[in-house]
Amino acid sequence: MAKIASIAELKKLQEKNKAKVAARKDKILVNVSLATCSIASGGKAVMEAIKDEVTKQGLSDVEFMQSGCMTFCYAEPTVIVTLPGKEPVCFGKLDEKSARELVQKYLKNGEVVDNVVPVNYVRVEL
Amino acid sequence: MEVAKKQLRIATRNCGFIDPENIEDYFGVRGYEALANAITASTPAAVIDEVKKSGLRGRGGGGFPTGTKWSFAAANQVPQKYVVCNADEGDPGAFMDRAVLEGDPHNIVEAMALCGYAIGASIGVVYIRAEYPLAIKRLVKAIEDARAYGLLGKNILGSGFDFDIELKYGAGAFVCGEETALIRSMEGSRGEPYTKPPFPANSGYWSKPTIVNNVETFANIPAIMVKGADWFSSIGTEKSKGTKVFALAGKINNTGLIEVPMGITLEEVIFEVGGGCPGGKKFKAVQTGGPSGGALTYKDADVPIDYDNLLAKNSMMGSGGMIVMDEDNCMVDVAKFFLDFTMDETCGKCTPCRIGSKRLYEILSKITHGQGTEADFEKLKTLAVNIKDTALCGLGQTMPNPVLSTMNTFADEYIAHVRDKKCPAGVCTDLLEIVILPEKCVGCTLCARVCPVNCISGKVKEAHVIDQAACIKCGACIEKCKFDAIVKK
Repeated sequence: MAKIASIAELKKLQEKNKAKVAARKDKILVNVSLATCSIASGGKAVMEAIKDEVTKQGLSDVEFMQSGCMTFCYAEPTVIVTLPGKEPVCFGKLDEKSARELVQKYLKNGEVVDNVVPVNYVRVEL
Repeated sequence: MEVAKKQLRIATRNCGFIDPENIEDYFGVRGYEALANAITASTPAAVIDEVKKSGLRGRGGGGFPTGTKWSFAAANQVPQKYVVCNADEGDPGAFMDRAVLEGDPHNIVEAMALCGYAIGASIGVVYIRAEYPLAIKRLVKAIEDARAYGLLGKNILGSGFDFDIELKYGAGAFVCGEETALIRSMEGSRGEPYTKPPFPANSGYWSKPTIVNNVETFANIPAIMVKGADWFSSIGTEKSKGTKVFALAGKINNTGLIEVPMGITLEEVIFEVGGGCPGGKKFKAVQTGGPSGGALTYKDADVPIDYDNLLAKNSMMGSGGMIVMDEDNCMVDVAKFFLDFTMDETCGKCTPCRIGSKRLYEILSKITHGQGTEADFEKLKTLAVNIKDTALCGLGQTMPNPVLSTMNTFADEYIAHVRDKKCPAGVCTDLLEIVILPEKCVGCTLCARVCPVNCISGKVKEAHVIDQAACIKCGACIEKCKFDAIVKK
C-alpha cells in the first residue's frame, strides 16, 4: 500500500471509505461485537452460526463485519443488524439457537425477534 | 423501543461501529484528519492551546488539566522527549481502556502522534498489561498499518515531523498504573514509585520530559481537534468538561460500559442508565475510584458527578470503575475487600503503605469477626489519616479512602458490628444466627437433609431446630426451604 503524502490523499481515502459504507446500504450488514469479553461469552460461535444459517437460508447480499465493544456487557454476545433502508437494531444474549432464529426471522423477513437491546446513547460522529 | 438517551459517546465513539483491524474503516470516520491538519497546517502551540481551551482533564483519575501538562513538557528545550500512553488498567471491575484499545486502536495512535507533535517528541510508548492479548494484537496491527500508510515513521505527510510508537508490556502490578512507578517499570527497574517533583513532564522516562496520559484521555483528543475546543467545553460542568466512561459492575441490571456527560447525577446513572439493582433490591452505595476511592450512597443520588463533587464527597473520579452495592452488601466487608486488594498490591517500598495496609486489614477483620471494640474506631481513623499523610505515592495515600468513606457514611453499620455484634446486611458469618421460625416450619425435613454438618434436628411434621454451636452458616438450608421458615438474624 502506498504511503499517504498529503492531506488531499488522506481525504481521498476517507471519501473512498465513505463510499464503501454507502454501498453497503443495499445489503444486510451483520456487525458482531468481538472484544475479549464478547468472544468469551460466545461471540465467535454466534458469528459462525449466523454465517452458516445465512448460507442455509440461501440469503445473498449479507455482509459481515467484526467490531469492538458494543458496551452492553449484560447482554453479550451482541450483534447489530442493519437491514437495507432500516435503522440498525442491536440484538443481545444470543446463542447458537437464537442466532439461527435471528437469521430465519429478522434477516429473512424483517420480523423482530426477542432480545432487542435498547440503545440508550447518542454517538458523536466526526 | 424508545429509551432516554442519557449517554453521550465521545471517547468510545467508534467502539462497536468500525472494524478495529481495518485502518480504512478508521479513515471513514475522519480518521487521522486531526493529525494531518495539525502537522501540515498548524503549530504545536496551537494544538496545546486547543487542548487547554477544551478543558480536558486527565481521565486516569487525577484530573490534571491535559493541555497544561502538555505545555510543561513543551517548554523543555531538549532534543528527546517521550509520549507515554498508560494502558495499565488495574482497578477491580474496570475495563474502559481495554474496550477502547480493542474497539478503536487508531484513535489512540493518532492522539499519541498529536501529543508528540505538540510537545516535540518523536517516540511514543504504550505501557500495556500483558493480560490484554487481544488489545495488544489490535494495537500492534494498528501501529503497523499506520506505518505502512506513512502516518507513523519519518517525515509524516512530508511535514518533517517524525513519530513512531512502541509497546512495553506490564506484568499486571496495580502500582504500575501510577506514573512514576510505570516509568521505572518501563526502564526495566522494579515498579516502585518515586517522589515528585521532578514531575515526569520535566524529567520522566530516561530522565527526559515525558507526558503520561491515560487511554481515555487520548481517546478524546482527535474528537477535540476535529470538532473544536468550544464544542467539547460546552459539554459537562464548569470545571469538568466532556464525558466520562464508567464500567458499571456489581449489583446492577445493565452491567456494561457507559459514557455519560460530566454533571450527570448518580440517580440517573444507577436507575436510568444502569436499570437499578437486580431483584428489586434497594440500592445502597456505589464505589467510585476503585480501591482508592470511596462510597457514594443513596443519599448522594442528586449529586452531579464531576471531579470536584466526588472529592467533596470523600470519593474520587478514579479511572472509572463503578461498583454498585445493594442492601445485601455489608459496608465493613466491602472496605475489607478493597483493603485486601491494596494489601496485595502495595509495592512495599514505604512503610505506611506496606505495614499500614496490613494493620488496617487486621482491625477490619477483627470487627467483621465480632471481636471489635469501640477503641478500634479511633485506631482505624488515626491509622488511616496517618497513612494518607505519609505514604509515598498515590496508591498508599488513597488506600485508606474506602475505610474512611464507609466509616463516615455507614457509621451505624460499624457500630452494629462492634456494639450489638450484628451484621445488618447478613454478610459477616461470625455475627449471624440462622434460625428456623417454628410457626412457619412444617417439618418437611428438607433442611436437615441438606445440612452439611447435620446440625438440624427435629421429627417429621414437627418444627426443626438448628444447633447454633455446630452451624457453619453456609445458608444451604435457607435456599432449600420452600416455606421461608429459615432466616438470618
